[in-house]
Amino acid sequence: MKKIVNNPEYVVRDMLEGLIAAHPDALKQIPETTVVARKDAPLQNKVGIVSGGGSGHEPAHAGYIGDGMLDAAVCGEMFTSPTPDQVFEGIKAADGGAGVFLVIKNYTGDVMNFDMAAELAEAEGIEVEKVIVNDDVAVEDSSFTTGRRGIAGTIFVHKIAGAKAAAGGSLQEVKNIAEKVTANVRSMGMALTPCTVPAAGKPSFVLEDDEMEIGIGIHGEPGIERKRVTSADEIAEELTNKVLEDIEFNRGDDVALIVNGMGATPEMELYILNKKINEILLDRGLNIHKTFVGNYMTSLEMSGCSVTLLKLDEEMKPLLDAESSAPAFRI
Amino acid sequence: MELTAHDIITWMKKTNDKIQSKKEYLTSLDQAIGDGDHGINMARGFNEVVVKLDDSSYESVSDALKDTAMTLMSKVGGAAGPLYGTAFLKLSTSLKGKSADYTHFLNGLEESLAGLKQRGKSQEGEKTLIDVWAPVIEKMKESDDFDASLLKHTAEDSMEKTKDIKATKGRASYLGDRSIGHLDPGSVSSFYVFEALAETIEGGR
Repeated sequence: MKKIVNNPEYVVRDMLEGLIAAHPDALKQIPETTVVARKDAPLQNKVGIVSGGGSGHEPAHAGYIGDGMLDAAVCGEMFTSPTPDQVFEGIKAADGGAGVFLVIKNYTGDVMNFDMAAELAEAEGIEVEKVIVNDDVAVEDSSFTTGRRGIAGTIFVHKIAGAKAAAGGSLQEVKNIAEKVTANVRSMGMALTPCTVPAAGKPSFVLEDDEMEIGIGIHGEPGIERKRVTSADEIAEELTNKVLEDIEFNRGDDVALIVNGMGATPEMELYILNKKINEILLDRGLNIHKTFVGNYMTSLEMSGCSVTLLKLDEEMKPLLDAESSAPAFRI
Repeated sequence: MELTAHDIITWMKKTNDKIQSKKEYLTSLDQAIGDGDHGINMARGFNEVVVKLDDSSYESVSDALKDTAMTLMSKVGGAAGPLYGTAFLKLSTSLKGKSADYTHFLNGLEESLAGLKQRGKSQEGEKTLIDVWAPVIEKMKESDDFDASLLKHTAEDSMEKTKDIKATKGRASYLGDRSIGHLDPGSVSSFYVFEALAETIEGGR
């Protein structure tokens, strides 16, 4: 393993110190916790938006803290959900009296830890609501599985729920719009190379030089199919078509797109993918309202990408377009 | 026989020793069907438990178990933290103000199992740690005192059987049939917990 780290046990702690040092005017760390919050949190009478999860997906989630997005992000250990006490600290940091809204990615650990934290908060009289994001079409959504995973589509939930809260939306209104985004966002990813968790020291899976994994999760979870590497156009087609098949898209629909890098994929390759994705979407008669290309929901140094599509309506559009001061999502 | 607070500390120390020495094995099991963090998380959590128990003194079994639970809940993370935290917290609550004789302890374990099912929204047969806890408790009901060998063997057999189960909960569920043939990492760590309990009982006789 070759990585720029000091002690593998302290990567999250060290990262957080560096993150705060980079954005001293915008962010603060709640002392003795792994919670990062807006410098001016809590905002009185605004619904607080809190997200979080395991670390290793940077800039998710602390990079999405800012005016118009998150109030606090709770950073767990590498690929490991934060614990209930930490999430509770995040809720308290974001609570300005109008309630706190939790954006949770659908993983067993995250759901359990955030649920326990919500119980602790409610016991202290803080009103809490939540949404569980499950945008990954690669895995089956059935009663025989835990359901679909939450991946890069989560960023659109942060953005739109955050904008609703910033505009003075109530806790219930924020929940309603977050559920609408979750119902209309779909993603799918792929990987060329695996990633290595620092404390584990070795890659979480193995791909041969000429292989790729279609449908990979953001922790290196297996996808749908392992096969020989194809061209960028073919990869774009495979991912985009799978996403398009999953919900009804009609000609003339407005969509927002994220072409997301998994961590080690050059922007050049993401733009090459985006060229083809654009062609596919335009061919389908869709109106691409906004495109985001870059590293938004990563998996350490995995190379690969994911495609996220959100079907917009007149309520979501202005909220997506609203200003955001978050370092990783400035609009 | 009756367990003392000192026995609880011994139990947790023995569990920690096993988990530290099997940390990489647990991680490799989890990499096969999960997200590969089980060994690291359990090793971090149980190490903290031992530090906490060493730093404090306990009058009651319930208090020692409560600190164990709270430490696991706040230090493990992932799915294992809330699950093991809940299990030990229920055991602690059930034993509050009581001696940890066989009947009380077994009742406490039943509370733990109920807590695991509720927290994990899971039942037996879904390839989770419940597939070790449930049969161990069922077997213990047939006995009227601690039986180290029975405890260890039931836990071990139950752990082995998780190989044949298809996962329908947790991250392994995405693999469907491909999860068959792999041990469930949470069941393996639960086997260490019960094996350590068995050794604590043996040492206490």
